Amino acid sequence: MSRVRWVGFCTIVIREYGRIIRIWGQTIVPPVVTVTLYFVIFGSLIGRRVGGMGGFPYMQYIAPGLIMMSIITNSYGNVVASFFGAKFGKHVEELLVSPLPNWLIVAGYATGGVVRGTLVGLAVSVVALLFTHLHVHHLGVVLLAGLLTSLIFSLGGFLNALFAKNFDQVNWIPTFILTPLTYFGGVFYSISLLPHWAQQASYVNPILHMVNAFRYGFLGVSDVSITAAFGLMLAAAAALFALAVALMNRGSGIRD
Amino acid sequence: MNALSVRGLTKTYGNGVHALQGIDLDVEQGDFFALLGPNGAGKTTLIGIITSLVNKSAGVATVFGHDIDHELEAAKACIGVVPQEINFNMFETPLTITINQAGFYGIPRAVARQRAEKYLRQLQLWDKRNGISRGLSGGMKRRLMIARALMHEPRLLILDEPTAGVDIEIRRSMWDFLRQINASGTTIILTTHYLEEAETLCRNIAIINGGRIVERDRMSSLLLRLHVETFVLNLRDPLAAPPALPGYSLRLSDPCTMEVEISREENLNELFALLSAAGIEVLSMRNKVNRLEEIFMRLVEGRAAGDAAAGAAA
Repeated sequence: MSRVRWVGFCTIVIREYGRIIRIWGQTIVPPVVTVTLYFVIFGSLIGRRVGGMGGFPYMQYIAPGLIMMSIITNSYGNVVASFFGAKFGKHVEELLVSPLPNWLIVAGYATGGVVRGTLVGLAVSVVALLFTHLHVHHLGVVLLAGLLTSLIFSLGGFLNALFAKNFDQVNWIPTFILTPLTYFGGVFYSISLLPHWAQQASYVNPILHMVNAFRYGFLGVSDVSITAAFGLMLAAAAALFALAVALMNRGSGIRD
Repeated sequence: MNALSVRGLTKTYGNGVHALQGIDLDVEQGDFFALLGPNGAGKTTLIGIITSLVNKSAGVATVFGHDIDHELEAAKACIGVVPQEINFNMFETPLTITINQAGFYGIPRAVARQRAEKYLRQLQLWDKRNGISRGLSGGMKRRLMIARALMHEPRLLILDEPTAGVDIEIRRSMWDFLRQINASGTTIILTTHYLEEAETLCRNIAIINGGRIVERDRMSSLLLRLHVETFVLNLRDPLAAPPALPGYSLRLSDPCTMEVEISREENLNELFALLSAAGIEVLSMRNKVNRLEEIFMRLVEGRAAGDAAAGAAA
């Protein structure tokens, strides 16, 4: 990468990091509060009556899923809010008139989403440690699954922001697609509890594979094939990146 | 080498509006160039295409020899743009905005900090560098956009109505600053609705109307084409009717204010001699409208009348 591009890329990431830190009350604190409530209600109050799952106490079983849920929503939310905000306020033009290629702009924003996903993931992990023991079965799997998932949903947020014409459209996908897929993605349960048809339907949900890969990294148990899960994540990240760059090159949502 | 060269540039928007209809235009390196036209004439579309904010429908545009179709990054590296609308992040500080902008052009942060200080000081914004930009006045926001556009020291600076809504004192200080920038070798393209601004600053001019260039000339040559100027004379004593002076058309706009049209062939000494002989004392005199404004209105209105006649004939 040339020096101009590297400096440009770093500038986008630093700007995104600055935004995350500047509005930490909106970016870091809410997911920590939400996950704390999940741990108190689902883990501590209800979880005691649920008993074990997948050979682990319920609180320990849902911890990786809750961390992953925070990573997904915050990676997506960061990029969709930041890029749509830049479109809405027109300061996206600062980047569009610059000599940075479109793929670098997409990469910069996606990295910003990964930075927030990682910061929130770490903060939520600290909260999880207050409630349960976080055993790490395979650190590499934890890191790779977390980063890839964060990247995928950052790119998803970028695409949402490209197409969104108003603030309603920024919220549609998180509300009507992302949240249901996350809740049915094995965060709170093992799909082995479901009837056969529901298990088969769950395999179509990409978040199930991401959550289970992440959980495998912690607990060493999974409802899906880890190899297939990483294959799916790599393919999804590559496809979404290519789509975002192609749309930027066409000028969809950003140029007249 | 031309700073900007445009051939057959056409833009038709999705709603069918033909914003540009085959524009040809050259701007020489080092020029201070005025691009004038009424609202909706196509100025901002033309600038949008050059800066890649608008996709063109057809035509070719090169910036310092770099074709925007084939060498877009090189072309964009040469351009600094000050858009018509405020387009920086209102929640960031002027210092952050300028340093980040330099970063988008590959300028390391240490150099960017020095340049940010230089330009924010020159544009009298250094004291405001750490405040939220939303709190800046309208004039300060305009100056911040100029500072931001200069951070990568562009060879071509495009200013789209940079002094809109700015008071006259700040506007004149901005003129001085832009003259310095131009004198240091930066080519400047200026669009403005303040025709006095264009007349004062620019050496060459193009007038665009209805998506076409209707005039392209040196400013001095264009102004020479103005055959008749209207002067307003303020009189010491009120008059009931305008005096009948042979060869002059005079009218009263009020008892103490008289307007007179003078062609280029006539001279003012003769007029004043006749007025003195008639016992009329003139306290002061001024042009009724700016000279460029008069030419601009004639060109634009003439074009509109021509279009209307063509439409009626069709």
